[in-house]
Amino acid sequence: MSATSDNGAGSPRGQLDLESSVSTAGLDPKRRRTLVRGMAAVGGLGVAAVAWPFVTSMSPSARAKAAGAPVEADIGKLGAGQLLTVEWRGKPVWIVNRTEEQLATLDADTARLSDPDSGQPMQPDYAANATRSIKPEFLVVVGICTHLGCSPTYRPDLAPADLGDDWDGGFFCPCHGSKFDLAGRVYAGVPAPTNLEVPPYRFVEDGLIVVGEDQGAAA
Amino acid sequence: MSANIKPGSAAGSKNGLLTWVDERFPLTKLLEEHVTKYYAPKNFNLWYVFGVLAMVVLVIQIVTGIFLTMNYKPDGAKAFASVEYIMRDVNFGWLIRYMHSTGASAFFVVVYLHMFRALMYGSYKKPRELLWVFGMLIYVALMAEAFMGYLLPWGQMSYWGAQVIISLFGAIPFGIGDAVTLWLKGDYIVSDATLNRFFALHVIAVPLVLLGLVVGHIMALHEVGSNNPDGIEIKKNKNAAGIPKDGIPFHPYYTVKDLVAIVIFLIVFFAVVFYAPEMGGYFLEHANFIPADPLKTPEHIAPVWYFTPFYAILRAVPDKLGGVMAMGGAIVVLFILPWLDRSPIRSIRYRANWYRIMLFVFAANFLMLGYLGIKPATDLYTLMSRIGTLIYFGYFPLLFILSRNEKPRKPVPDRVTYNAHAPAEGGA
Repeated sequence: MSATSDNGAGSPRGQLDLESSVSTAGLDPKRRRTLVRGMAAVGGLGVAAVAWPFVTSMSPSARAKAAGAPVEADIGKLGAGQLLTVEWRGKPVWIVNRTEEQLATLDADTARLSDPDSGQPMQPDYAANATRSIKPEFLVVVGICTHLGCSPTYRPDLAPADLGDDWDGGFFCPCHGSKFDLAGRVYAGVPAPTNLEVPPYRFVEDGLIVVGEDQGAAA
Repeated sequence: MSANIKPGSAAGSKNGLLTWVDERFPLTKLLEEHVTKYYAPKNFNLWYVFGVLAMVVLVIQIVTGIFLTMNYKPDGAKAFASVEYIMRDVNFGWLIRYMHSTGASAFFVVVYLHMFRALMYGSYKKPRELLWVFGMLIYVALMAEAFMGYLLPWGQMSYWGAQVIISLFGAIPFGIGDAVTLWLKGDYIVSDATLNRFFALHVIAVPLVLLGLVVGHIMALHEVGSNNPDGIEIKKNKNAAGIPKDGIPFHPYYTVKDLVAIVIFLIVFFAVVFYAPEMGGYFLEHANFIPADPLKTPEHIAPVWYFTPFYAILRAVPDKLGGVMAMGGAIVVLFILPWLDRSPIRSIRYRANWYRIMLFVFAANFLMLGYLGIKPATDLYTLMSRIGTLIYFGYFPLLFILSRNEKPRKPVPDRVTYNAHAPAEGGA
């Protein structure tokens, strides 16, 4: 780097001297550092501001959000022990009208459950009770196994051949064998880590339920 | 070098990493060759920002394009609705789409100015012929890209514009033309098949070609070195280290200068995006807000503004094959411009007065043709288009003849003319 600059023609003041212009003579390092940092900060803000619309554009669109709107379900004609599936945000939501006998099983087998008292936040506060529901008879859960996302099957039958003598009704996931009781509580020793999710829901009136809206939200 | 660096310091590890990379990949070499030790003439003026701006627009188009494809549906039954979906329902979809549509027009604005710069300062002349040819190929690829992109919203103007442009190929005689148009469309009319293939070409094929050409363009530029407003070869005057005396490193000198141009450009660009994305029907034509209808042509059909000079030439010729050939020829003739202009003088600053007048007339005529291409073909406008076409094509043979023995209007200096800011006291 011993290039000597020869700017030949023209006035010396009018010619840019390459070497001196990139030398550090007369440099104020503090000022330069401040300027560089300032530029980096402004540039960083700019990049973030540009990135924001692009990143956000990949979030659910207004249409997807509208499709995720709360859904109403008429459960007035749901017989005892029957299950109704409604679609909410593309997922199956089960509504089970549990019988007295079925409700009785919920207290009986708590020792075999992983989280019998609904300690994990898999339900709204108003469903963190013994039946995991607002009204004891109506169970509302998202029908997606908390293991890897399969949809379990409703098995209200008692002691079937494939599930064993101590099966007193619940949900069984055929994918990896996770078991849930009739409150959607997961059994201990199965792959699923938590109870089935209880979605936000509320009763508009007896026999009419809205899934996706919290109790009291629009009441 | 290592004596100055404390072991484990940030600078030390950085240099260590850089050395590690350099031993395996020519990173520093590439950076020096193309950025920090690429010596550009120090007398660049405002006209020299449009190449960089074209790169900026290219990046905008690629990024926004990627995000548009995430929601666009290349399906004759869904395309129009999916664009409206992007505009209404996708978060910031309107912004991304308007950036893309405004970017298309902005691309041509900066490219036309970039090309005019080359005409003014003789940047296409030896040894930069291939640089110019690369640039022309980029221009043609850009036109193909813009044309195919315009079909995608599947509006009335998309549809009938594509119909007209594809029909141009039908002018080829001996039955070849009809076969070609059928093949291009993949159907008897512009249809879902056409839309789908245009989508494939628009989002993959042409952008790949375009990127390759841009790399070629820049490599050719850095091989021969940049021209300048004086049209003087700065490589003829080097110092002992082999550095052009009138050259300054691209970085930091021109990166900083270009940054200012980029900021100003973006202010203007986003003013259009936010306040006039349709630009009164010139950037997005009104008829394109109606879904494509194969049974009904819009009353007034015109291409987007950047094609209109060539469209005016097409309409000016009262013969189908002749019109198509004139239109194609208007672009082809630009490719051979470096060999048509035989004058050794590059810059308009020193070229003869007749050249200055000719270039001015050529540029004004191009704008006039552009205007005429937008307007409906009345008798007067058709006459004007014909005169304009003659002027356009007259430019090239006239240049070929006159440039043979051109006398400079003032002597070409040995060194670039440059008025630097006076250095600070004691700084010299």
